[in-house]
Amino acid sequence: MAHDHHDHDHSDLSETELRVRALETILTEKGYVDPAALDLLIETYEKKVGPRNGARVVARAWSDPDYKAWLMKDANAAILSVGYAGRQGEHMVVVENTPKQHNMVVCTLCSCYPWPVLGLPPVWYKSAPYRSRAVADPRGVLKDFGVTLPADTAIRVWDSTSEIRYLVLPMRPKGTDGWSEDKLADLVTRDSMIGTGLAKEPE
Amino acid sequence: MNGVHDMGGMHGFGPVVPEPDEPPFHAPWEKRAFALTLAMGMPGGWNLDMSRFARESMPPAEYLASSYYEIWIAGLQTLMLQRGLISQEEIEQGHARGAAKPVARILSAADVEKVLYRGGPTARDTDTPAKFSAGDRVRMKNINPPTHTRLPRYVRGHVGTIDLVHGAHVFADSHARGEGENPQWLYTVRFDARELWGADADPTVSVSVDAWEPYLEPA
Repeated sequence: MAHDHHDHDHSDLSETELRVRALETILTEKGYVDPAALDLLIETYEKKVGPRNGARVVARAWSDPDYKAWLMKDANAAILSVGYAGRQGEHMVVVENTPKQHNMVVCTLCSCYPWPVLGLPPVWYKSAPYRSRAVADPRGVLKDFGVTLPADTAIRVWDSTSEIRYLVLPMRPKGTDGWSEDKLADLVTRDSMIGTGLAKEPE
Repeated sequence: MNGVHDMGGMHGFGPVVPEPDEPPFHAPWEKRAFALTLAMGMPGGWNLDMSRFARESMPPAEYLASSYYEIWIAGLQTLMLQRGLISQEEIEQGHARGAAKPVARILSAADVEKVLYRGGPTARDTDTPAKFSAGDRVRMKNINPPTHTRLPRYVRGHVGTIDLVHGAHVFADSHARGEGENPQWLYTVRFDARELWGADADPTVSVSVDAWEPYLEPA
């Protein structure tokens, strides 16, 4: 489903385009929406809210054991202290990857995702392949991402079926002792915070 | 409802295809569809659970053939038509025809930041004690409501262990039906993959769902 818009032919796409444009016209004419508010909503999730937010949280947790303890205990307060909160992140839980356990987050029923720290979900996260397989074959899904975990690393899949939102705290790569939070944050990928990837290795 | 949106464990959808350097939106209309859906929540007066139900009520073949934001737009149209905020005639003509239905509030640009920051917390105080605590074994009820539920099919009837207790939260099933918040205790329940998928499943895998107390019975 969601990833197949590339396959749509042009007329189909423009039909959708026209439909959305017509809807916006109707709603603006009726005074239900403020076009300036629409622009601001788009700008917020296009420019301001994205996985760089989560990367800062992770980098701080890697750098400061007290912060990490706080993050694991009261994720919302600890994330707010870095400046992030709000819609689709009202009830955060952080789950930590270790050599013994790898965590992966999915929403099999729709597309629940922690917006304040990761932004809007990528197309694959909302797609049928991911939603169907993450809970039944997480190792196979990891393979699709080019990730192979040791056979004895347990995998824990979190299906976001309520308003609790999960953020994965990836393992800190080796060879990064003494790195600044900014430098560490560059190693933290979006996928590593969903659990379909690992943090980047230092070059 | 037992819709095609409830995808956990289905086969045949193929591999996951990540897109390198994926942008937040793939076409200008997706941006507008996203923003219209968010902005209409306030004048529309529906809640998140009602929107989810509107989307998953799309006929299965259509749901699977639609892109993500096409599903959003269809859901939004359904919600607005149901409430008489717009008419089928207006959709066809692409312009407002009748007078607007009075709405309590619309989302102004000045309020966007505040509204997003506040979000929609679902935790509620309750005087009712929790029936279960961490470590308890529970069985997920076998329920098949034609209305909205957040209990996926792949865990129904299965036994798991309470892992986290989240306090009381707005109960999605009641909320989607317009029956109020009806807060219920919410738990994270963890299952061994072999319990869900059979003896051949990977013994190192476990899966959890978040489940409200009405979904659970002692095991």
